Amino acid sequence: MPHTTTADVSIPSPGIAASARHGGHLRRHAPLLWKLASFALFFGLWEIAGRIPISLAFPPFSKVVAALAQLLYSGELLKAYAETLPPLAAGLLITAVFGVACGVIMGLSRIVEWALHPAMVIMQTAPMAAIIPLITFLYGIGVTAKIIAVVILSLPMVAMNCYSGIRQTNASLLEMARSFMGTRRQQVTKIILPHASGMIFAGLRLGISGGFIGIVLAELLITPTGIGDIISYNRSIARYPEMFAAILSIILLATLVLTAVQIIERRVFAALGQQHSQK
Amino acid sequence: MNTNSSIAAVPAVNDTTSDAIIKARGITMRYPNGVTALEEVSLDIPRGELVTLLGPSGCGKTTLLKIIAGLIEPTAGEIRVNDKTVHGPGPDRAFVFQDFALMPWATVLRNVAFGLELRGVPREKREAVARHYINEVGLSGFEDKYPNELSGGMRQRAGLARALSVDADVLLMDEPFSAIDEQMRRKLQEDLLSLLRVEKKTVIFVTHSIEEAVYLSDEVVLLTRHPGKVVKTVRPGMDRNASPDEIRRDRRYLDAVDDIWSQLKQYLR
Repeated sequence: MPHTTTADVSIPSPGIAASARHGGHLRRHAPLLWKLASFALFFGLWEIAGRIPISLAFPPFSKVVAALAQLLYSGELLKAYAETLPPLAAGLLITAVFGVACGVIMGLSRIVEWALHPAMVIMQTAPMAAIIPLITFLYGIGVTAKIIAVVILSLPMVAMNCYSGIRQTNASLLEMARSFMGTRRQQVTKIILPHASGMIFAGLRLGISGGFIGIVLAELLITPTGIGDIISYNRSIARYPEMFAAILSIILLATLVLTAVQIIERRVFAALGQQHSQK
Repeated sequence: MNTNSSIAAVPAVNDTTSDAIIKARGITMRYPNGVTALEEVSLDIPRGELVTLLGPSGCGKTTLLKIIAGLIEPTAGEIRVNDKTVHGPGPDRAFVFQDFALMPWATVLRNVAFGLELRGVPREKREAVARHYINEVGLSGFEDKYPNELSGGMRQRAGLARALSVDADVLLMDEPFSAIDEQMRRKLQEDLLSLLRVEKKTVIFVTHSIEEAVYLSDEVVLLTRHPGKVVKTVRPGMDRNASPDEIRRDRRYLDAVDDIWSQLKQYLR
């Protein structure tokens, strides 16, 4: 049957179910192979650059991995994360709840939009590294300060994404719901939120990245504890492999968390029987 | 049959007792920017007939349809459906959208059942109704597909099934086939007519295609623009039970198309 593409409702990307249906082994694993090749290339270049060396402060990849293994084996890394992760988790939880709520309400209410939108824009564009040390004046150097740092780096991104997701709701779908006598509440729960769900999850992923930046900044700039302490201490005594090992561990952890969120996202959409409406 | 009667344009004061399911009286629509989309439009839509609103773009035909649907509040005037004044959307009217307005994240089944879902009909019941109409519009087998897996024609079949599912007396169709290619459009027109022989609905159909209007309609209402006004109504009067090819070759079909074209021609430009 012929296809027409006119001023149409947003066409989502074909869902997971559709993409898993066809394609042989090679085709299905090709993206994975490419990813591995990309990693190999990156780490290979790193190894070469470290061996030249391009800088005394830039150790080869193999030494960093060895240092990472040593940090893990000595328990130093786990101890550091025991300090770093609780405030990060607390901050991200606050962001997930209040960020989504702020964004959704901003998208639905003109007044809240006027009240919060400028603040969110400022928080998104302000040089946070310069502002984070100021948190100390208000909240000292404890766990609270770290949580605040995580929240101010992650919440605006989450809120702004939810807000734009809601603002982009297809006007025709809203009219449709109204014509079939849907209440405002039904419009929100059955049209606006499902329509925005892709953007909300995208916002959460951005927020998680922001949160990781926030916790490391806080530990570097406010309280030299946790993983930030490993970084700054090893830098100060010029043990660069250990410093890069700590940084690498953060990157790995953040990647794992983001992947987990993506899996949860797919599960949620599959459970709702919805096709993923991410644009 | 009569090609030229003008029973539909009734003056505002005259409240006839004829079996008109929808009565529009003195509908005026003026936008805040001063543009008058409709001026003093009065219409009677006879029960069980298919009436087309036809006119050049900008004549306010879609606006009029949305006012009848209760989606837009007119500046002045009144719409009565089954002798009750319209203050918003109601269970007696169902809308079919030009861009289909299907939820891309929901299956055909859920989309078709959505009108009933909004009314709180239990899942099993509404899905049974939806399946019936999915079958009736020729979409069976596609219940679990998503809109982006369907062609334009099939999407509009789903839109039509959704409107039929809520069992309204009146179907309001806003240029439903304009986003669909020519051949499929003809097929949909034919299927719509055979569907209406079973379903017995009153239909108000907006289009800018003269052929589509004459082919489908018991009555064609011609509107002009700046401001939108009813200029004429035409009753083509072909035999509704004839085959599509016979209708398209019928003298009365051809005459009505000519008649409407000669009328509309003078309002273009």
